[in-house]
Amino acid sequence: MRTEDLIDQLSARVPRLSRQAGPRRLLAGVGGGTLAALVILLVVYGLRPDLATAGGTVPFWMKWAFTVSLAVAAFAIVRRLARPEGRIGAAWIALATPLVIVAALGVLELGASPPEAWMTLWIGRTAARCSSAIVLLSAPTLVGLLWSLQRLAPTRPVSAGAAAGVLAGAAGAAVYALTCPEQTAVFMATWYTGGIALTGVLGGLLGGRLLRW
Amino acid sequence: MRAIEDHLKGLMLRGLDGDEVAHRQLLIELAAILRGYFGRTARNARADVEDLVQETLIAVHTRRESYDTTQPFTPWLFAMARYKRIDHFRRSRLRTAGPLSDLDRRYGIDDSPAVEAAFDIEHLMADLPAREREAIRHVKLEGLSVAEASMRSGLSEAYVKVSVHRGLRKLMAKVRKGETPRAD
Repeated sequence: MRTEDLIDQLSARVPRLSRQAGPRRLLAGVGGGTLAALVILLVVYGLRPDLATAGGTVPFWMKWAFTVSLAVAAFAIVRRLARPEGRIGAAWIALATPLVIVAALGVLELGASPPEAWMTLWIGRTAARCSSAIVLLSAPTLVGLLWSLQRLAPTRPVSAGAAAGVLAGAAGAAVYALTCPEQTAVFMATWYTGGIALTGVLGGLLGGRLLRW
Repeated sequence: MRAIEDHLKGLMLRGLDGDEVAHRQLLIELAAILRGYFGRTARNARADVEDLVQETLIAVHTRRESYDTTQPFTPWLFAMARYKRIDHFRRSRLRTAGPLSDLDRRYGIDDSPAVEAAFDIEHLMADLPAREREAIRHVKLEGLSVAEASMRSGLSEAYVKVSVHRGLRKLMAKVRKGETPRAD
């Protein structure tokens, strides 16, 4: 085709586009995925029975503070990498901060308890299912974000996919907190972070395949 | 160079507001700019250049959502053009690495020396400061004008010229010392 004809074709229909169209598309991916994750949670795991009382306690809010702050930081990174010229820049600091804080809280917690109690604090009652549940609950959000990114212009498909995976993982972990009965920071620092990191790796692998254009 | 940036960004913004005439004008002007950008990369044959121009125009049109209107326009454009060029280079390298096609066999085309030379230069330049390396890459390898290189890197034209000059002097010194490109 001649370039002139192509230009004719492309400029035949130029719909008006909101200045926020890109971020909105990413939000749609996160929102749709998280709603689906809530449905999965209710069907597969159910809410923790004591949610009404636990909802007022510090461990519950610590889990949400951790996962939501990770999600916000990861969203900023995904937003950058969705643009062709976008770079992560200093945004990784916002992502690292909650991780460092929770790891430090975990160390303090262990320091304040006798060594015999360490395994119980670390493994809790639900370690075996925690990380895999987070990956499962993150899957719809990861799919949603990859769908959004396919319509934007990431020029670093693996990084963009990995950032999308971390965002999906953090959102999935926030949903999982509604059923998770664990109390300790060291539990969260290990199993929550593990599930989120796994989803990040998954996102990177998928991104390398699905986000080329 | 600011004038070009402002002009193109103006057209882009009007296009985003649904102005077909401005959008059309943008694509026409971008086609000319991109033809120059891809054309100066010596490896690309004429037909390849036009393919790359068209692919980039399609990306500009279909991926408008990825443009953040608070940011300058030309880095967005050239990041997409660069991505298309690398993708193209990767595909053509895969082609030469794989079994020879009938056409290649008939004409005995083998562009691997050119590709290897490009890698050698990259290795030799690896130790230069990033700005000098970028400036040499733009002006000497990709054949951009100093003005274009300045637009793409955001540095002043004088700084680009000085960087090219300094970088080349260091490379010359390295070659004279008999240092060969690192073999990996």
